[in-house]
Amino acid sequence: MSAPYSKEEFLITAVARLLETPDVRHVAVGAASPVPGAAALLVRKLKGGTPRVSLIHGKATNPFTDGGREIFDCAGQGRVDVFFLGGVQIDGEANINLVGTGGYPQSERRFSGSFGSAFMYFVVPKVILFRPEHTRRVFVPKVDFISAPGVSDPDVHRPGGPKFLVTELCIMAFDAARRRFRLESVTPGRTVEEVLDNTGFEIDVPAGVPFTAEPEAERLALLRSSVGREIADVYPGFAKDILGVAA
Amino acid sequence: MTETLNTLDELASRVPDGAFVALPPEYSFVPMALVRAIIRRGAKDLSLLTVPIGGMAADMLIGAGCVRRVECAAVTLGEEGLAPRFVAAVQSGAIEIVDSTCPAVHTALQAAEKGVPFMPLGGLIGSDIVEKRDDWKVVDDPLGQGNGRIVLIPAIRPDVALIHSPLADRDGNIWVGRRRELATIAHAAKTLLVTVERVQDESLLASEATAAGTMPGLYVSALAEAPMGAKPLGLVETYGPDLAEIAAYAREARSEEGFRAYMQRAVFDGAQAAAE
Repeated sequence: MSAPYSKEEFLITAVARLLETPDVRHVAVGAASPVPGAAALLVRKLKGGTPRVSLIHGKATNPFTDGGREIFDCAGQGRVDVFFLGGVQIDGEANINLVGTGGYPQSERRFSGSFGSAFMYFVVPKVILFRPEHTRRVFVPKVDFISAPGVSDPDVHRPGGPKFLVTELCIMAFDAARRRFRLESVTPGRTVEEVLDNTGFEIDVPAGVPFTAEPEAERLALLRSSVGREIADVYPGFAKDILGVAA
Repeated sequence: MTETLNTLDELASRVPDGAFVALPPEYSFVPMALVRAIIRRGAKDLSLLTVPIGGMAADMLIGAGCVRRVECAAVTLGEEGLAPRFVAAVQSGAIEIVDSTCPAVHTALQAAEKGVPFMPLGGLIGSDIVEKRDDWKVVDDPLGQGNGRIVLIPAIRPDVALIHSPLADRDGNIWVGRRRELATIAHAAKTLLVTVERVQDESLLASEATAAGTMPGLYVSALAEAPMGAKPLGLVETYGPDLAEIAAYAREARSEEGFRAYMQRAVFDGAQAAAE
């Protein structure tokens, strides 16, 4: 029997719940981020237009008219409340690596590059790390290259930083003062032990960790219709293959 | 004064071996036909600046052996994943890689357009990007206002910038719409080579509605018409990306042999070359 929702749909609704707090007025979504983009558009749809959502490679969903720099300027001005980042590697202090593993500059495995992470991680108050693959290959004791650091010394101006990490196994919250992640919830059907087995650094595990909520039927319906059509503006392949919506 | 050239090959010949070349971001205004002409010309030792993210154009130039050095915030094929020839060239050490981050590329070009030697940028400190770059400098707040440490980014002045636009007029004015970073690239670069879908008789500066999205011919060194000049990538308000073709490139370019076969078919074969 097939599940009534896909892994991506589960992740979209899990991310969406992190965007439903009053401090979230403007969500910006960068390149190659269809799940976070869909989550933001879903919340906007549900709440009748709030938060503002800016998809930098979109057309109607992209409000920026001052070129590629505007999203960074806008974030630097404190006008972006949420941004998403990923990582080829992420470590226990929330350092992220988007560059490569096994040496630098001649890496054994090279990836795309740091994109805007080395700036956005500092200035956006609520950065959500989104990395579905939950393995010890990704969640390492120490990243090979720091594209952007999880925490900074007090003499570095840093209004922003990581708040949550969302994977296919769990959601964690990050405590910058303690430089540690704390397990918040576990994907239905998975276990705390499984999370720990696949995480290459120590995390805090409170007693009685709940399961992450499953996707709500109403939200799935929106994803597969109007929200799917909106995300198809930017990610036509994702909208078609995952949500069954043609551009 | 903007020179109007008749062929892409003439334009491609204005990109000398060893030049420092700026390329626009992948999602629009990428001069793919001109890039193919540069590859057919056999350009060598180019230093690329992707503003700030490179894609198929950068990957093809690297795979074709035209590139010595790349400065980028990232090179990626977007939904099609990693840029295979970029990845292979960095892993083998065939090209010099200079990692940056998106706003640092913009800031460096903005410094150049203002004619100042550097500009400060927030964030960054603690990133290994800063650690690995000996041209960036971390300083204490030079004004002594208690703002902490900050990074100084030196201005970047590319030798040549390349852009493909939907529209120009007879005075060499170019429509760039809301992609204002293209104007910044043009202001910062010593030379700007432009291809366009078409040239219209009416001046783009005649109406404020089009003037707002226009880059004046003042910055355009030479221009040639190249219909479908961004294909297989998309061009805003003109045509969408050819997703099947981009997927074919992503698939075939995973191996050196596959890349060569793709390039033979899509860049060098008589029909394609003649059409351009």
